Amino acid sequence: MKLFKADLHMHTVLSPCGSLEMSPVAIVNTALERGLDIIGITDHNTTRQCAEVVEVGKQKGLTVLCGAEVTTKEEVHCLTFFENFEKLERFQNYLDEHLPDIPNDVDKFGYQVWVNANEEIVGQEDRLLISAINQSIDEVEQKVKQLNGLFIPAHIFRPSFSVYSQLGFMPFDIVPDAIGMSARVNVDEQLKKHPELQQYTVLRSSDAHFPDQIGTHYSIIEMAEASFEELRKALHKKDGRKVVELR
Amino acid sequence: MKVCDIIDQLNLKVIGGEEGLQNEVTGGYTSDLLSDVMGNVDEGQVWITLQTHRNVMAVASLKEVAAVIIVKDLEADDNTISQSNDEGIPLLSSSMEAFELSGELYSLLKQENK
Repeated sequence: MKLFKADLHMHTVLSPCGSLEMSPVAIVNTALERGLDIIGITDHNTTRQCAEVVEVGKQKGLTVLCGAEVTTKEEVHCLTFFENFEKLERFQNYLDEHLPDIPNDVDKFGYQVWVNANEEIVGQEDRLLISAINQSIDEVEQKVKQLNGLFIPAHIFRPSFSVYSQLGFMPFDIVPDAIGMSARVNVDEQLKKHPELQQYTVLRSSDAHFPDQIGTHYSIIEMAEASFEELRKALHKKDGRKVVELR
Repeated sequence: MKVCDIIDQLNLKVIGGEEGLQNEVTGGYTSDLLSDVMGNVDEGQVWITLQTHRNVMAVASLKEVAAVIIVKDLEADDNTISQSNDEGIPLLSSSMEAFELSGELYSLLKQENK
């Protein structure tokens, strides 16, 4: 068993709020410089930049997990991850189907383009990605589970866009694979206050929008190798795999 | 004023929780952040929201509100309706937007207190 540094929440150039500098190469280089072993690509309501980051990661020796940060209709942010490109594409279709047709205003929100390893623009999303999709948190959870993915409500105690701000508490019938907490949250204190959450693995990550933010926060995970299935085991504390430290 | 009087006057639909139609209404509160409602709604108030998630009824029960009104004809989730029935707290629906409905309810309650 080994220890892996994982920063599983970051945005790319494709998120309107993500810096134009967040190209696949810049992301992978910075992540490696900062000693990360695994990163998660989680743009708002889209997975379209993932494949190029995976490609660059492969060349340079960084494990890249693919997913999205979904905004549910309650305006709760939830991280999702998928084991392969086929599942990822099916989830992308689901996002396309449920993202409302509100055009992006480039002047206000920034560009929504995805780029290749040479930093050439490959495509552009015209619909505003930071709006909420018209699916409830329960529906998103079900879809992710149906695709054998990972469902991780993000920064659950943030005063906005979180389970606790929007819905007051974790819905009883939702069973997350893990829960995200921001660095400013005192995890022990919150778990004492919310005993219903004690069963879940807590993750911390950077939520980077700029290269400089990558790896500023991460989780240290003990598992056999840097892979999707090992991560799933670690989040569920199976076979000795687990998250051992939040930084 | 009771919940059933408000239903008549504001032309609301009853979606669930009929058991509570005789609840006395002491005021109203309009918000879509459940964390905010948990901290600020008072017992006996009618809560106006666009949220349709089941947690709405859990918060409504915790805070003992008189009724919940969902605006803009939004459709409540099935388990929200069943929880409204279980809790006996009326779940109502209006075609109005929150601004308009809040105004109407406000005048209604103000008139009564004159």
